[in-house]
Amino acid sequence: MGKLKKIFKTPIILENPIVFQVLGICSALAVTSKLETSIVMALAVTFVLMFSNLAISLIRKHIPGSIRIIVEMTIIASLVIIADQIIKAFAYNISRQLSVYVGLIITNCILMGRAEAFALHNPPLDSLLDGLGNGLGYSLVLLIVGFFRELIGSGKLLGFQILPVNTEGGWYLPNGLFLLPASAFFLIGILIWLLRTLWPKPGQED
Amino acid sequence: MSTDTPRKTVLVALAVCLVCSVLVSSAAVGLRGIQEKNREQDQLKNILIAGDVLDNKKDIRELYDEYIQADIVELRTGKILAKGEYTEVLNPEKFEIKIVAKNPEYSRKLDAEEDLAQIGQQPNYMVIYWVKVQGQKTKLILPLFGKGLWSTMYGLIALDQDLTTVKGFTFYEHGETPGLGGEVDNPTWKRSWIGKKAFDESGKLQIEVIKGKVNHADSQTQYQVDGLSGATLTTRGINNLVQFWLSENGYGPFIARQRGMR
Repeated sequence: MGKLKKIFKTPIILENPIVFQVLGICSALAVTSKLETSIVMALAVTFVLMFSNLAISLIRKHIPGSIRIIVEMTIIASLVIIADQIIKAFAYNISRQLSVYVGLIITNCILMGRAEAFALHNPPLDSLLDGLGNGLGYSLVLLIVGFFRELIGSGKLLGFQILPVNTEGGWYLPNGLFLLPASAFFLIGILIWLLRTLWPKPGQED
Repeated sequence: MSTDTPRKTVLVALAVCLVCSVLVSSAAVGLRGIQEKNREQDQLKNILIAGDVLDNKKDIRELYDEYIQADIVELRTGKILAKGEYTEVLNPEKFEIKIVAKNPEYSRKLDAEEDLAQIGQQPNYMVIYWVKVQGQKTKLILPLFGKGLWSTMYGLIALDQDLTTVKGFTFYEHGETPGLGGEVDNPTWKRSWIGKKAFDESGKLQIEVIKGKVNHADSQTQYQVDGLSGATLTTRGINNLVQFWLSENGYGPFIARQRGMR
């Protein structure tokens, strides 16, 4: 059982797809101005990643090499559309804020990356856990970035006012920069620096 | 059988496509009902918010039926369409601004100098809403739209029964920069519209959104709304679209007609 646990746990921090492989950055910039949208996006990506890994792994022995990528894309795209439809039905307001970014999960490099690097060569259960682990790793970063951006940028968390802002008569002057995508770069940069210092990869230190 | 023969390749491709398309279409069809209900509820909710009659404890549809009466107005003449004149498109229940604006049969192309709100194509008809309290029309809600900095902004303005005093202002759809132009959603700013006068005594359009804060010593205060700081272009867009829709090209003829009726 040690192997499965390892497959699940390593991508959360030690091989975090955003921090250590710098994959899936684009969506991490676009949707993290609020914690709520970050959570929904994180759930959507985790869902798609788990099931695309599972599906690809199930048919891995039958996928012809010549159309390998197209088959993977088709599976991923279908799952993304399903996730998008579910969000539109059950979280309408959030789906309007996420707008095109749910659809753009298709282009999230983590998905193709995991399909190519893992699901094609490993049995279904391992692949499912790998998808879950990578999804949670991605989610972790998204939630951290979303937390700080919403708190610093608008003094709120999940829409509730935490710091009383000056426009409403409070003392907190929100930092508008944190609502712009550039701030996510800074936060992810700090996070990468922090985690890579704490858990250096072998051969990374000069 | 090897996985790389042409036959197998085609077979796998077909099978994958078949399974995927069945899954996608069943999700789309299965959830369509809920999605459409969401969209409709959202629309009704925005109207209730603009009319300040939203009560979160009550059902949105019931509130709407209780307080709101919708009419279709022909903009050029300002006439309200009689029920017998409703068509598939011109029907208050089904009216979709975006669809009507795209339909050449029901809209007209605006000249560059006319097109203050930068919408290109203006519907010839618009849906308007009356807020009714105990059968008495207390407010008029007018939909308006125009270009901000990045996006076309869709909003609603509520006027008092004097058809001059602003009673509410809100955008229900826009894509402006969060924190800057996106501050159109800020409740404090939205409240700053309430009590402003859109027209002066002679009926001339006066309201404007100015750059910066309103100077309260100025005699124009009652016609001016604070601009959004850090969002000059969004502010200009809002000013333009309000001026456009309340002008002769917008609801002007309709408002004049309503005034004349009393």
